[in-house]
Amino acid sequence: MHEIRLTVNGRAHELAVEARRTLADVLRHDLGYTGTHLGCEHGICGACTVLMDGAPVRACLVFGVQADGTEVRTVEGLADGEQLSDLQQAFSDHHALQCGFCTPGFLMLAEAYLAENGDAPLGEAEARELVAANLCRCTGYQGIVEAILATARARQKP
Amino acid sequence: MTAIGTRLPRQEDPRLLRGRGRFGDDVNVPGQLHARLVRSPSAHGQIRVLDVTEARKAPGVAAVVTAGDLPDHHVIPVRLAIAGTDLSAFLQPVLARDTVRYVGEPLAVVVGDDPYACEDAAELVEIDIADQPPVLDASGAFDHGNQPCIAAELTRGYGDTDAAFAAAAHVVRIELAIGRHSGVPLEPRCLLAVPGPDRGELAIFGMTKVPVWNRDLLADLLGVDETLIRVHAIDAGGGFGVRGEFYPEDFLIPWLAVKTGRPVKWAEDRTEHLMAVNHSRQQYHRVAAAFDAGGRILGLTDDIIQDNGAYCRTHGVAVPELTAAMLPGPYRVPAYRGRVRVVLTNKTPCGTYRAPGRFEGTAAREHLLDVAAGQLGIDPVALRERNLLTRAEMPHQRPISTLGTELILDTGDYPALLAAAVDEAGRLGYRAQADVAPGSPGISIGSGRRRGFGLAMFVEKSGLGPQETADVTVTRSGAVHVYSGGTSVGQGIETVLAQIAADALGADPGSVRVTAGDTAAQPFGSGSWASRSTVVGGSAVHQAATAVRGRAIELAARILEASEEDLDLTDGAVSVRGDPDPKRARLTLADIARAAAPASRYLRDGEPAGLSARRRFEVSHMTYPYGVHAAVVEVDTGTGRVRVLRYLVAYEVGRAINPMLVEGQLRGGVAQGIGGALFEEFRYDEAGQPQAITFIEYRLPTAAEIPPVDVLLRQDAPSPGNPLGVMGAGEGGINAVGAAVANAVRDALGLAGGVGQLPLTPARVCALVSAAGDAA
Repeated sequence: MHEIRLTVNGRAHELAVEARRTLADVLRHDLGYTGTHLGCEHGICGACTVLMDGAPVRACLVFGVQADGTEVRTVEGLADGEQLSDLQQAFSDHHALQCGFCTPGFLMLAEAYLAENGDAPLGEAEARELVAANLCRCTGYQGIVEAILATARARQKP
Repeated sequence: MTAIGTRLPRQEDPRLLRGRGRFGDDVNVPGQLHARLVRSPSAHGQIRVLDVTEARKAPGVAAVVTAGDLPDHHVIPVRLAIAGTDLSAFLQPVLARDTVRYVGEPLAVVVGDDPYACEDAAELVEIDIADQPPVLDASGAFDHGNQPCIAAELTRGYGDTDAAFAAAAHVVRIELAIGRHSGVPLEPRCLLAVPGPDRGELAIFGMTKVPVWNRDLLADLLGVDETLIRVHAIDAGGGFGVRGEFYPEDFLIPWLAVKTGRPVKWAEDRTEHLMAVNHSRQQYHRVAAAFDAGGRILGLTDDIIQDNGAYCRTHGVAVPELTAAMLPGPYRVPAYRGRVRVVLTNKTPCGTYRAPGRFEGTAAREHLLDVAAGQLGIDPVALRERNLLTRAEMPHQRPISTLGTELILDTGDYPALLAAAVDEAGRLGYRAQADVAPGSPGISIGSGRRRGFGLAMFVEKSGLGPQETADVTVTRSGAVHVYSGGTSVGQGIETVLAQIAADALGADPGSVRVTAGDTAAQPFGSGSWASRSTVVGGSAVHQAATAVRGRAIELAARILEASEEDLDLTDGAVSVRGDPDPKRARLTLADIARAAAPASRYLRDGEPAGLSARRRFEVSHMTYPYGVHAAVVEVDTGTGRVRVLRYLVAYEVGRAINPMLVEGQLRGGVAQGIGGALFEEFRYDEAGQPQAITFIEYRLPTAAEIPPVDVLLRQDAPSPGNPLGVMGAGEGGINAVGAAVANAVRDALGLAGGVGQLPLTPARVCALVSAAGDAA
């Protein structure tokens, strides 16, 4: 067992984990952040995408021990209290989710992209390429692309 | 009356967006054990050794069970029995006893304290199987020399097809194979069974689709009263037909909870899912049509082989039966015969996947029509127009039954929708984009690329009965609570039923809470499948909410000492119609609910307390929505890659409760259909080993493969079969994608015949290109 320390959505956690335990299982089952979902456990679907020190990672491909000393952000950290973030609200407005299982992964992926690219304009082709990193089985992706484009446009406004 | 027809945001969204949804593996209880299935590594053979001794000794293991430990030789029965078929010899045992018949068949279950430790222990189970040759090609049943196991044979049809073909000016035949693929929801299955304090009591988390049916079956298999078992309503990460059927695990996990006296959880992994959950679609068609000299259909025949995998599961033979029954589609077909043979092979068993049987049949019929149009020298749209049933011919009864109901196409104007779709595709520039030739000046299409346009038309079915039940209750805070027998699988049922209840009650949809799929809250539910939730479930909610409205007015009349005829219920309150001071005598639903509480002076002797009603909506016939799909594709003749550039769905839905959600259903269906038409396939090697067991080999389409989908949603033909006038929306987006894409690829390549096989993978497209080159 290995002692690790990490912060999740600003809260410090300290726990002992097996070397083979994935970050996804640490978040979901040891720390109770069940908003991070496992769709394939082999790094393709992206439902488990979380931000580790600001960068999107697939929590099924990261071991808990690798997250030692990092700051992790999950879907539970997006809203401000009861207030949905602009990105979350855009997902609802554009019907970007149906079953909602893949949604946390898309939200974290897009949040990282938008944060990194700041004010740079986002085109439809780029948004589609970004969204193509993850899998959704319900929506056909159109709403997801539109929601991310709308959020990018709104964030560009001074 | 404004709640219906508006694009309300979904009630489900806030919790799902915040990561507060409650999916199967999100539910945990103290003291729970975890289960790991041990599955057959062999496609076909006799079990020589199945030794769990070492696994039982592994650390943290509570129990390891095999078929020998089971209380009885349980098999999973058929839920959708088709008259005239006896499948009792082909049902799946919950654990294999002597023989294994597909890779992935459950052999043993390990339960222990930790899922990692259970996987370790499962590796210690010693398995030795005496392999026997697997049967992998069901199409062998076409030939007399090769007769694999045929589980069932059936025909659907009417009229004299032999005479029709003998009299024909033109006979056109094609063969089309539909690839094996399936629903593949993004959340794998999960099941948690929690024993209660009383003997036999069980709480179940993770059953969906048909929870009451599953509860009753589980109770029968465990030998307990069904009310001891409660299936809780939780979120489900997509259904698409496959999730929620009763699988071996649906017995094993609850039984292990009873046996160990501890909660048992099983969370399926993706590789298991791709081997264990119902596959679907794999069919071989030999379809033929007879035409007169003017291109009118005289007769239609289809010889269909269904590769059903190793067993018949809960759907029995409903999928190919639907193919045969629905094959004539929207056309005037004087004589028809569809013959089905259901062949068992050593692959994962098959069941329903969104538009079951119709994705396949629509592809066969609509591809045949395009080939026929070429041979007859008629434009494909004109050929369809010539043969469509007209509005004057509706309702149109075919002397066919399907799923035990008479097939009566209830309403619609098929030619009008086809014309509207063609106009819309033209307006959006589909033909112009498809007709671009390689090397055209100013166009970016490269050499070696060809474009094509494809169109397909179909009739869907929806709203299968026989019933759905709903309870509607107004609580003392004035909130409305709906208890539906439908289940939430991501389709937005909570939002839609809230809109229906709010409409009937004159209430704010935001004040309506919906519980869907809890067997204690609604013990008479029939579930969410067959595009029935809005049609049948919604009608039950409409009736129950209408009854509550009547009761509210009745009670308000007593309280206000007014006549019921003078009262109106709007904006969540009852007032006297035409009262110059409406505030004086205005009773909110909360006021009335309180007046209906036990011991209220407004209740009369013998009247039940509460402002609530239960209603059952019964329906004996389905309702038949219809649609047109159109696609523009680009084929790279060098690599065989097919890209879908444009896609249009024109769909008649009768009445859209929430158009945003209907469009979402259609768009999502198109994406899945493109998967089945181009990318997704469960392939097997010659030993019967599955070749698609991760998302690397099983290619779900990404945003890079799915174009924006244009939707032309029509509400011109309200269904006469239900009080809301609605028709189902769940399957119209996927039904004709195989057909439209096949037709577009055929157009792009200028083929004389058909494409032969779906999905159109690069290798198959290259073979078509090369065959077309040889023929030229």
